[in-house]
Amino acid sequence: MSDLLNRYGGLLTAIFILLTAFWLLMLVILPNIYLFENSFRPYLPVNEMGGPKDVYSLNNYLTFFKSPIHMNVFVWTIIYSSLVTLICFIIAYPLAYYMSKIAPDRIIPTLFLLLFVPLWVSEVLRSFAWFIILALKGPLNSTLLGLGIIEAPVRWIMGFRGVVIGLVYTYVLFMLFPIYNAIQSLDTNQIEAAEDLGSPWWRTHLRVILPHSKPGIASGAVMVFMLSAGSILVPTLLASTTSRWFTEIIQQWMFESQDWNTGSAYAFLLLILCTVFVSVVMRVFRVKLSDIAK
Amino acid sequence: MSAGVELDNVTMEFGSFRAVDNVSVNIQPGEFFSFLGPSGCGKTTILRMISGFIQPTKGLVKIGGKDMQGARPNQRPTALIFQNLALFPLMPVWENIAFGLEVRGVDKAKRRARAEELLRLVDLPDAADKRVSQLSGGQKQRVAIARALAVEPSVMLLDEPLSALDLKLRQHMRAELRAIQKRTQVTFIYITHDQGEALAMSDRVGVMSHGKLQQVAVPQDIYNNPANGFVASFVGENNILSGDITGEEGGLVSFATPSGTFSARLGPGVSKGAKARLFLRPEHARLSTEAGKENSVPVEVTDVAFEGNFISVHSVDAKGQTYISEARNDGSAVIPGRGDKRHIVFEGQHAVLLTGDISAKDVDE
Ligand SMILES: Nc1ncnc2c1ncn2[C@@H]1O[C@H](COP(=O)(O)OP(=O)(O)O)[C@@H](O)[C@H]1O
Ligand SMILES: [Mg+2]
Repeated sequence: MSDLLNRYGGLLTAIFILLTAFWLLMLVILPNIYLFENSFRPYLPVNEMGGPKDVYSLNNYLTFFKSPIHMNVFVWTIIYSSLVTLICFIIAYPLAYYMSKIAPDRIIPTLFLLLFVPLWVSEVLRSFAWFIILALKGPLNSTLLGLGIIEAPVRWIMGFRGVVIGLVYTYVLFMLFPIYNAIQSLDTNQIEAAEDLGSPWWRTHLRVILPHSKPGIASGAVMVFMLSAGSILVPTLLASTTSRWFTEIIQQWMFESQDWNTGSAYAFLLLILCTVFVSVVMRVFRVKLSDIAK
Repeated sequence: MSAGVELDNVTMEFGSFRAVDNVSVNIQPGEFFSFLGPSGCGKTTILRMISGFIQPTKGLVKIGGKDMQGARPNQRPTALIFQNLALFPLMPVWENIAFGLEVRGVDKAKRRARAEELLRLVDLPDAADKRVSQLSGGQKQRVAIARALAVEPSVMLLDEPLSALDLKLRQHMRAELRAIQKRTQVTFIYITHDQGEALAMSDRVGVMSHGKLQQVAVPQDIYNNPANGFVASFVGENNILSGDITGEEGGLVSFATPSGTFSARLGPGVSKGAKARLFLRPEHARLSTEAGKENSVPVEVTDVAFEGNFISVHSVDAKGQTYISEARNDGSAVIPGRGDKRHIVFEGQHAVLLTGDISAKDVDE
């Protein structure tokens, strides 16, 4: 703070602080409070707003629990978000281990660059790209056909397949970097000590490297899970006829039914239920919140 | 149970840099062998080749007579104690110690019993359930030793294991390590840059410089009969004079220096015409009030240090050559003062002519 003052002087510092406060208050806190408040009010025609019917209730939230279809979609969203998280972990952990402990130092900058380049392209474009890649007559199928790996084109965008592929691609780096940081901080001598004591590679991972990287894995998993469950773009663009994502229902409430009240309630339900789910999973894996914050 | 280790013309290159240069040594089963040398001379590299983390560029490593080429660390009968110990912080002490047994599929009750047994051996009987972070430096040291002993290695490799401890504890642990080695009869290969440690603990010492093994000998030979100038100057203190070998007289030779001509004995491999220096240990340089018949230089005292059991005197002669002499304090010694005129007197037997570089000794304490 005094650092900021010294560097930019009183006026600029004041402007910085005001801008940050404005951003936080007007663009983050207030809209959420507004939605939160509205989620407890009934959806009414304009002329009845503020009238006798406009009272606070939990009805919007109860709508969800009265709708088996919506609950079904929610459960599948949780299941497939978990699957996305798991796949991200399976991809990211070996890569993170390779990058932090095996790859020679001089190729690390190149590796990071290669990983970051896709992030320079917008999420919409990337999802469209996958839509094209995964199309029935798209490049993936023709390559696999050409290599003789498959005999007939595979319908990739079927069920949740396209969504899962898209989400993994979009969020895998959120898993990679926390794990990379965690493994990076592990003293290589510990890995060598385990090997020296006779440990095969898999036991060294199980007993030494994985336990050490647990906080990184946990924060990566929480991020990927929450981002996936809350993603709207990928599930919309890479959807098949049978893949419905919970965020799409929220969007329907808000934009098709114009019922922002129920939509808000659903949005907060998603947040609350996902948080509960994550807490339970963290309890099961004995991860503490303080570990993640490290 | 214990096995010998043979290094056969072992060379290790990192790129174009030669960290270990053609080292050959035969370490006996049950021996306490030390590699002694300044930091960066390739000691750790040798240890890592023996434990299997790196493969020598050239040459063979044999353990118990068996060629170890291609064998990974988990396939060798060695246990390495890392310079930073590398204990597993997320496991309690007993699991650390029993990790090697866990790997070998020993059941939990047996592992626990063995860990407790080893904890008693290293004199830490109540530490089994402690966390590693709760232990002091010396205690961690013992846990690392117990963890290595648990796998019943034929060869223990120790990489400067005492360097992180304070002086008092270090001296205590020296004796302890030595005792554990005698009790277990395991071959110990010990690395250190501390000459006192190497001389006090080892059956034999290998002195290294710039990746080359300079001398392998029992501690008293390393000190009394150093193979070259590097060994003499790295191990212990010396008076060093430059000059030329001029003549021979009954086993000894004459050595002409700016400060005078002295008789001295030839070191190993040194002959007339060689570029040699004269090395004289401080305890053999007598400070006398009268000039000797030969090997005597008039000097002026510049500094006196009373060390209790001995007195150390620095002096300088007319040519600017400095001397250090040490006399045992038998209670009657007269301590000279600064500026006193004395003579440095020594016997030709004790002055040895050696070739080779002089080490810039790295100071530890
Ligand atoms: N993996 C490596 N790559 C490149 N140089 C290395 C490597 N390991 C050691 N060295 C170099 O080899 C020399 C000897 O190192 P080391 O065996 O660790 O010395 P010591 O243990 O005697 O201090 C040092 O100059 C060091 O920089
Ligand atoms: Mg070293």
